[in-house]
Amino acid sequence: MSLQALTYLFVGLSFTIYIAIAIWSRAKSTNDFYIAGKEVNPVANGMATAADWMSAASFISMAGLIAFLGKDGSVYLMGWTGGYVLLALLLAPYLRKFGKYTVPDFIGTRYYSKAARLVAIICLIFISFTYVAGQMRGVGIVFSRFLEVDINVGVVIGMLIVFFYAVLGGMKGITYTQVAQYCVLIFAYLVPAIFISILVTNNPIPQLGFGDQISGTSTYLLDRLDQISEELGFTAYTENSKTNIDIFFITAALMFGTAGLPHVIVRFFTVPKVSDARKSAGYALIFIALLYTTAPAVSAFAKMNFIDSVQEVEYESAPNWFKNWEDIGLIAWKDKNEDGVIDYYPGNALKGVKPKYTNERGKYNERVVSNDIDSSNLNEVYIDNDIMVLANPEIAKLPNWVIALVAAGALAAALSTAAGLLLVISASISHDLLKKMVMPKITEKQELLFARCSAAIAIFIAGLFGIYPPGFVAQVVAFAFGLAASTIFPVLFMGIFYKRLNKQGAIAGMLSGLISTSSYIIYFKFISPDLNNSNNWLFGISPEGFGFLGMIINFTIALIVSNFYSKPPNEIYQMIDDIRKP
Amino acid sequence: MKLTYWQLNLLILFILLSIWFLVSFGFGIIWSENLDQIKFGGFKLGFWFAQQGSIYFFVIIIFIYIFLMNKLDKKFYSNHQEKDKDKD
Repeated sequence: MSLQALTYLFVGLSFTIYIAIAIWSRAKSTNDFYIAGKEVNPVANGMATAADWMSAASFISMAGLIAFLGKDGSVYLMGWTGGYVLLALLLAPYLRKFGKYTVPDFIGTRYYSKAARLVAIICLIFISFTYVAGQMRGVGIVFSRFLEVDINVGVVIGMLIVFFYAVLGGMKGITYTQVAQYCVLIFAYLVPAIFISILVTNNPIPQLGFGDQISGTSTYLLDRLDQISEELGFTAYTENSKTNIDIFFITAALMFGTAGLPHVIVRFFTVPKVSDARKSAGYALIFIALLYTTAPAVSAFAKMNFIDSVQEVEYESAPNWFKNWEDIGLIAWKDKNEDGVIDYYPGNALKGVKPKYTNERGKYNERVVSNDIDSSNLNEVYIDNDIMVLANPEIAKLPNWVIALVAAGALAAALSTAAGLLLVISASISHDLLKKMVMPKITEKQELLFARCSAAIAIFIAGLFGIYPPGFVAQVVAFAFGLAASTIFPVLFMGIFYKRLNKQGAIAGMLSGLISTSSYIIYFKFISPDLNNSNNWLFGISPEGFGFLGMIINFTIALIVSNFYSKPPNEIYQMIDDIRKP
Repeated sequence: MKLTYWQLNLLILFILLSIWFLVSFGFGIIWSENLDQIKFGGFKLGFWFAQQGSIYFFVIIIFIYIFLMNKLDKKFYSNHQEKDKDKD
């Protein structure tokens, strides 16, 4: 069977499973819709959490990012897993004991304040939409490369599928589809990784293979990578190029941000008991770790294969995948020294980084780009990080069914995360905004209807993001984590561990975290991007890591302001005592 | 002096979070380059902690936490039924 037929088969099959599950697990009450009736088994919830968590970015982009960043890429590995320790130990069990539906529910009740609830809703909606935009772009890329349909058609198909199971099944439908999606995505991630590991090092376990010797030689893979990186003028693969303080702050911002992400927290509301909330955080991390420990191995293999197969190769005899991805728009080649040979070196090949393709073809039939040449370096190749995972099976010449599997896996990763986020958005609108603030008199049935409507609207908006992708998606991901770390995490943490914190303190804290973090990021990412380098950063902290400083500001302001106002009412003390018991 | 359920809980959190900090921020970042002097197989130790080891430790930390808390729950609340289930 051809690659395209196989891809249609795999993707079609997986989509059928998702729809069947959605029909089987329809939501009948708001309890079902928001938190799956609190009857999800902790292992299943762990899988669903893992699928919810591992987005198109984790599946498609992360390994590529690490391949180019080398050891600096560790911030993502530690940051996006270490947050689960904080979640399991500091938040999940207590929030489950609290026993309501949403994160703003907890903040509004604990700080006895509608204003606090509103600030939480605003942060939550912003964080979730930021995230969704990235997922829909992932769906578009996969469809256009592997199914050869228009990106927009791909996004619409993705929207319809998510619409079907999110609107119909709510949290219940999403949870059980996510279990299936986890299985698809992890299988699709591990199979090519294992193949390539055997190919490169003869070791079937990628986690070990990447510390092993290249097959047929006595050179260790990582030593060879260090060597070729340095020969070409890059920093050695296993050494940092960022400063320690920046790495420290970025890792911390990602960890605390993870623990403050509403769509992850809400997963722990769906299990029957407090002890199950702890257990499912543990299982979630096992399932996540399976992918996250494989990813750096994939990065190392991919980087070596990539350099070996294109460096100083004549364009005309370059492998097919190079030209396929050039056609999609994720690779560009500009023959600076006009020798017809691909030269890959440090630095940006093109001014403005992203290629602007024209309709013309060049001397060697390459796509002509209209960017000015960046003549400060010798690099001729632009590569989008995303292709490292997507093209990896092709680069390693694996069979077609493996490539088709990767397509189905990438779609599973993107759709599962999108659905989880859309649910959080719809719950915060129908439950927190409408039911709890604007019109408290609506019945449960009406609320359920509103929940479905807001899910539908959220999907529509997310689809628009996919079709008209805002150019700033990559920049705003730092924003989502920074905000989660600097607004939501501190008030949840102090809400449980510090009884004396009153509503004035919490609101002042959230606002100071929100304002400081967003102004720092907006300043360096949007207003003066040319000043965005370590000479201008506060204490050498990049915008990606500022969320951690924003969190410290939040804590400080909250504690100071809290002392000027009276204690929280006695009911709140009792409530906290109650959630501290298992 | 006998510690209460909450005090023991805080003690467990303090110990486990110290390990969490040590394996990630400590071994993976602050002392990573010093640990890189030690090699096992093809891995430099600091690099291994940053890209592999810290994640394994995170999983272990959560499961130790689950184990300790279940024991603690049993010791202090064994007479209570799980009344939480139908709370709302």
